Amino acid sequence: MTIGTALAVRAVGVGKVFPTKDGEIVALTAVDLSVDAGEFVALIGPSGCGKSTLLRLIADLDSASSGTLQIFGKPAHQARIDQDYGIAFQQAGLLPWRTVAANIELPLELHGVPRAERSARVAELAALVGLTEFIDRYPDQLSGGMQQRVAIARALAKRPNLLLMDEPFGALDEMTREYLQSELARIAAETGAAVVFVTHSIPEAVFLADRVVVMSPRPGRITEILPMGLGAMTGDELRESSAYFERVTAVREALHGAPMERRNER
Amino acid sequence: MRRGAAVAFGVLGVLTLLIVWELYKFLGPEGGFVVGAIDGETGSGVMILPRTNDRAMPHVWDMVARLFQSTSGGNTPPLIVPVATAAVTTLGIAAVGWLIGVTIGALLGLVMQRWRLAEWGLLPWIVVSQTVPLIAFAPIVASIGTQIDRGGTPWPQWLSVAVIASYLAFFPVAVGVLRGLEAPDRIHLDLMRSYRAGYWATLTRLRLPAAVPFLLPALRLAAANAVVGAVVAEVSIGMRGGIGRMLIQLAGQGSSDPAAPWGPTFGSIALGLVAAGSVALIGFGLRKYRRGEETI
Repeated sequence: MTIGTALAVRAVGVGKVFPTKDGEIVALTAVDLSVDAGEFVALIGPSGCGKSTLLRLIADLDSASSGTLQIFGKPAHQARIDQDYGIAFQQAGLLPWRTVAANIELPLELHGVPRAERSARVAELAALVGLTEFIDRYPDQLSGGMQQRVAIARALAKRPNLLLMDEPFGALDEMTREYLQSELARIAAETGAAVVFVTHSIPEAVFLADRVVVMSPRPGRITEILPMGLGAMTGDELRESSAYFERVTAVREALHGAPMERRNER
Repeated sequence: MRRGAAVAFGVLGVLTLLIVWELYKFLGPEGGFVVGAIDGETGSGVMILPRTNDRAMPHVWDMVARLFQSTSGGNTPPLIVPVATAAVTTLGIAAVGWLIGVTIGALLGLVMQRWRLAEWGLLPWIVVSQTVPLIAFAPIVASIGTQIDRGGTPWPQWLSVAVIASYLAFFPVAVGVLRGLEAPDRIHLDLMRSYRAGYWATLTRLRLPAAVPFLLPALRLAAANAVVGAVVAEVSIGMRGGIGRMLIQLAGQGSSDPAAPWGPTFGSIALGLVAAGSVALIGFGLRKYRRGEETI
C-alpha cells in the first residue's frame, strides 16, 4: 500500500467551517501540515483548537471546507475508500457483543478476508498488543486499558501505513497510560506506520512524537510545530532524561505563551 | 441465589393476591356497600365496596376445583380440557398475528430509520393507528375477509382475528426497531464509515445487533398485545373455538355457576405467560447481544 515516497499526510491551507443556526463556526483555518511516512506527529492544544476536527478531516469522517488534503498523495476520500488508515478513539468503541478476536477481525471480515487468514492475523495482532490469552473474552470482561489495546489492534488489522488516534489514552489512569504509551511507541516502530496522535497531555506528546504540532483555538489553527529530536531513547530512560524535560517545557511555553507567534501565518 | 429470590418473590406476589381476595371476602359486607340508594329501586346508588357473596366472589379454591369438574354436567370432560383447547387455539392465532405484526413493524422501523422523510411521514400515522378502538376496527377486517373469501381466495375467520391481533402487535415493534437501529454510538458509526462499510454491512454488523436490547421488550409487548388483540377480536367478530368466546359464554352463565368464568380467565392468563415466556426464550437465544454496555 506504500506509495513511493509520498507524504503520509499533506495538508495545504485546510479549513473547516461548521454552519450553525447562529452563523458559521470556524473550526479550523489555514492548516499547513506534512507528515512523513513512518513519522509520529502529535497534535496538542486546548479544547476547541480543532485538533480532533483535523483528525476527522484526515480520516474523511468530515470533509474540509477549503484547502487541499492528501493522504499518500490521494484525496482523503479516496484514502478512506482504499483503507489506507486505521483509527482509534478516546473510547475503545468495541462492539460489546463481539469477543476480542471478533472485534479485532471486524475490518477484515467487512472486506471479505478469508476466515483462516483472519484468524492468523488476529493471533498476530493479539500477540502484538499482548492480549493472546484474552482473545475469547468479551469487552465487558476487560479493563479500560485492555479494551484500548484491542482498539489499537483493530486499527492495525489491515496493516495501514497511517494510524490516526484521537486521545486514545485520555480516559485511562496514569499508570496504564504510561504503559500503553511505551507499548504504542514500540508498536509504531515495529509496524513502521505513520501516526497522527491527538492528545491533551504535554508529556504524552513529547514522549511519543517526532514532532509536536501546537494548536490554538478561535479559530482553530496551528501555532507552532516543534521537532522533538529525542533520538533513540525509549521508555523510562527517555522519561527521566533532561532533554525530555526541556522539550516538555518548550511545548508548554508554545501552548501558553507567545500566542502571537504563528508559524503558519508567516 | 438471585434466581431463587426472583422465583420466591413471584410466588409471594401470587399468594398475596389470593390472600387479599379471601381476606376481603371474609371481612367485606355480604351485599356490598352502596351510597345514595333509593329505597325500593334496585340498582340505584353507587357501589363503593363490591359484594362478597359467593356469586360475586367465589372462593379461590372453588375456582380451582371448578376447573376439574365436568364442563356442563353429564359426561362432559372437566372444564380444564375445553379451556386448554380454547387457549391453544387462541395462542396459535395470536402467534400468527404476532408474526405478521413483527414483520410489518420491523419493516416499518427499517424504512423509517433509512429515510428520515419516511419517519416524518409514517410515525404520526403509526401512533394515531393505535387510537382506533379495536371494537370499531375488528368488524371491518372481518367483513373484508369475508369478501375476499367470497371472491374465491380462501380466508378463514381465524385469519381475520390474526390480522386484528397484528394491528396491536406491530406498533411496539415499529417504534422499538426504529429506536434500536438508531441506538449505535457515534463512534461505532464513525468506525463503520472508516471501514468503508455501506448501508447493509452497517445494518447487519452494527445496527441490528445494537437494536436487540430495544427489540426484546418490543417483542414482549407485541406478544402481550397479540394475545389481547386475539381475545378481543374473537369476541367482537364472534369466532368460535377460542378463549375469548368461551370467556363471554361462561360469564353469561355466571350467576348460576360463578366459578366457571374463572376457568377461561386462568386460561388467558396462562396464555399471556406462555407468550411472554416464548419471547424470553428468544431473548435467551440472543443473550450475547445483551451484554452490559460497560465498554468504555
